[in-house]
Amino acid sequence: MAAGVAAWLPFARAAAIGWMPVANLPMPVAPTEKNKRQDELIVLNVSGRRFQTWRNTLDRYPDTLLGSSEKEFFYDEETKEYFFDRDPDVFRSILNFYRTGKLHYPRYECISSYDEELAFFGIIPEIIGDCCYEEYKDRKRENAERLMDDQEDNKDSKLPNMTFRETMWRAFENPHTSTMALVFYYVTGFFIAVSVITNVVETVPCGSSPNQKDVPCGERYTVAFFCMDTACVMIFTVEYLLRLFAAPSRYRFMRSVMSIIDVVAILPYYIGLVMTNNEDVSGAFVTLRVFRVFRIFKFSRHSQGLRILGYTLKSCASELGFLLFSLTMAIIIFATVMFYAEKGSTSSKFTSIPASFWYTIVTMTTLGYGDMVPKTIAGKIFGSICSLSGVLVIALPVPVIVSNFSRIYHQNQRADKRRAQKVQKARLARIRISKTGTSNAFLHSKRNGLLNEALDLTGSTEDERHHNKTTSLLESQHHHLLHCLEKTTNHEFVDEHLYEQNCLEGALQNYTSRSPSLSSSGGLTGTCCSRRSRRKSAHLPNSAMSPGPPHGLQELSAVHIHRSDRPPLSTSRSSLNLMPDEAMRLNCKSGQITTAIISIPTPPGTTPEGDGHGPPSPSVQTTAGSSVVKVSAL
Amino acid sequence: MKAKNREQSLSDSRELDGSYDPLTDSTEDDFELSTVCHRPEGLDKLQEQTKFTKKELQVLYRGFKNECPSGVVNEETFKLIYSQFFPQGDSSMYAHFLFEAFDTNKNGSVSFEDFVMGLSIILRGSINDRLNWAFNLYDLNKDGCITKEEMLDIMKSIYDMMGKYTYPTMQEDAPREHVENFFQKMDRNNDGVVTIEEFIESCQKDENIMQSMQLFDNVI
Repeated sequence: MAAGVAAWLPFARAAAIGWMPVANLPMPVAPTEKNKRQDELIVLNVSGRRFQTWRNTLDRYPDTLLGSSEKEFFYDEETKEYFFDRDPDVFRSILNFYRTGKLHYPRYECISSYDEELAFFGIIPEIIGDCCYEEYKDRKRENAERLMDDQEDNKDSKLPNMTFRETMWRAFENPHTSTMALVFYYVTGFFIAVSVITNVVETVPCGSSPNQKDVPCGERYTVAFFCMDTACVMIFTVEYLLRLFAAPSRYRFMRSVMSIIDVVAILPYYIGLVMTNNEDVSGAFVTLRVFRVFRIFKFSRHSQGLRILGYTLKSCASELGFLLFSLTMAIIIFATVMFYAEKGSTSSKFTSIPASFWYTIVTMTTLGYGDMVPKTIAGKIFGSICSLSGVLVIALPVPVIVSNFSRIYHQNQRADKRRAQKVQKARLARIRISKTGTSNAFLHSKRNGLLNEALDLTGSTEDERHHNKTTSLLESQHHHLLHCLEKTTNHEFVDEHLYEQNCLEGALQNYTSRSPSLSSSGGLTGTCCSRRSRRKSAHLPNSAMSPGPPHGLQELSAVHIHRSDRPPLSTSRSSLNLMPDEAMRLNCKSGQITTAIISIPTPPGTTPEGDGHGPPSPSVQTTAGSSVVKVSAL
Repeated sequence: MKAKNREQSLSDSRELDGSYDPLTDSTEDDFELSTVCHRPEGLDKLQEQTKFTKKELQVLYRGFKNECPSGVVNEETFKLIYSQFFPQGDSSMYAHFLFEAFDTNKNGSVSFEDFVMGLSIILRGSINDRLNWAFNLYDLNKDGCITKEEMLDIMKSIYDMMGKYTYPTMQEDAPREHVENFFQKMDRNNDGVVTIEEFIESCQKDENIMQSMQLFDNVI
């Protein structure tokens, strides 16, 4: 129950008048206030600033500090006020929560101090209203990262008990952990650079000897370059194997982008080694060399910025896709137009539409190489339109991409969106849990309430009874209301799981006789399930009255006592009409309930069912009722 | 830029937005100026008219004003408030009937006076008054008698509040059977309707009902 409408509980209870004339069962007794207090103002002194509010306002949320009896610990007898040595500014928001039912997060407040105050007063942050929740989560995340960064600097010096493998992995991932790691980091970086430079220099024409034309250095100093290449690939291979060994999850490591880059970087060399003998595929071998340039991507392990760029491009995929799509559209349109415009002119380079693509692209990106130019007037007109529109088409998506990049670069987070989604899901789950908590609270307190009455009957001491009265007056009144509704409709609330269990068990269950499990502990936790334990009782005179074959008397370990067939009581007739053979049908509705009445065996005389059944089964007897109750109370 | 272009761009953006309703020529995001702000008559006057004490009226009004700062409850808010108490089921129909019963002058909103008058009858009135009020609640078209259809509507709304997860499982015809029982009990002359006299007479004969009517003495 949202405590914001706690004030309307009297109205809701009054509205129950509509149920009374139609109910066929007596209503449960209403909870009374033992010491009915007039609503009074209480003073909350928070570090000198006095707040005043009604007591009822605080009682709305009984599971917080101010709403429960925990605040009595802070009561000052002399000044007759509650003193809290906490921050009064934050307390404002907390008190407003009681007043309005909404928790707000003030932006100027430090997030950790706010969290501390919430924890002190027993309020979960998930109920912060939607208006402030985004801000709260953002600040919390920032703070967490800041703390994590600080922690990591400190943490690295500790952690003595790691296996060799774990130390190695940490060394690979974070080069600042030890000097060895740093050395390794710089050595690999150096060799990546060397390898890339080698590849580049290989193709530069070195000085020409007099009788030959320029040959690239690669062919002149073949051996030297080959040695360099081999050395680099050795290092890369060793590095890859070491990483593979140290990785905590080898499968995941092999799937990661960096390892794929590593493999692609060194593979051409090995393929080349294998294939040197075969002359036919030497063409393909040359192409493979191209892949050596992928070694440059290995730098991304060394550069944070490169990783961010890659991530940005990945996250801007939709904008890039849009750019590409619109460009393609424009290219096709203009190429077609140019082709047909230039068709007439002689010796035109626009031989086909695909040939015009090149012209269109060069013009739209304002490159203008000049290798293809239109000669006809129509061609020139359309050519100029093409170049003007090219500027526009490219200029439109680019700012979006740029702003994306800057946003991500500044935030500098990897799986930002994924984490936020998880948090949102978790938050909604918590709120849902607290909402179902309301109905669960009712079911829970129903059992507690029955236990209380059971204890009453057995004449337990006051202490034991009060020990179970954990619900506030407000809650007990609300539960009484729900209880009245149950009586009116002659059905009971159950929670989802039990309902589904009922369905399943009702469908599967035939009249197998089970011993009446007076398992006390089981009864209290699963009153519903135990209710279904049927027992064919041979001595059931009531069965004569029932419309069908004998219905098993359902015996409860809890305080509920099921009376079987009661023709005079019309409400039970609906369930009594269930024939047992209906139960054979695998139908949730039918395989069910034979008895209808749930009554509490309080003052035996006043139970309207009376004891007209004589001495049929032991549990029906009210004197035996108390003994049943006793058992369950254990 | 010419004014025409601006209008054109405004309407274009409205189209994209989807907030523009060309039929009624109004934009959805115009906030309704809630000029409705009802203040109840004086505390003394209310005290005369109802059977509550001053303090009780104060407590009631504080709760009322908290939830409805404008001073009146419309049906939507009424349903929303009532549904908070019944998380498992659907209480909107019953809340609707309640609203009709509280809204004595049929103007679509319940002011504090209506609210307190109704509560006064239920919580502080005599048993006969309460029964009368309940009859008024059931008699949907206020013609002085309850037909089976009316009763069926009411019964369905009550059963709806239980929701799906009940024990025993809710049958389709549970409300109807309940209505049959009700009519058997209440309809003396078997003419298919229950008049106010029949209703009160039958209720007075029923111990359970009489006893449950006493429940309301201690609500406030």
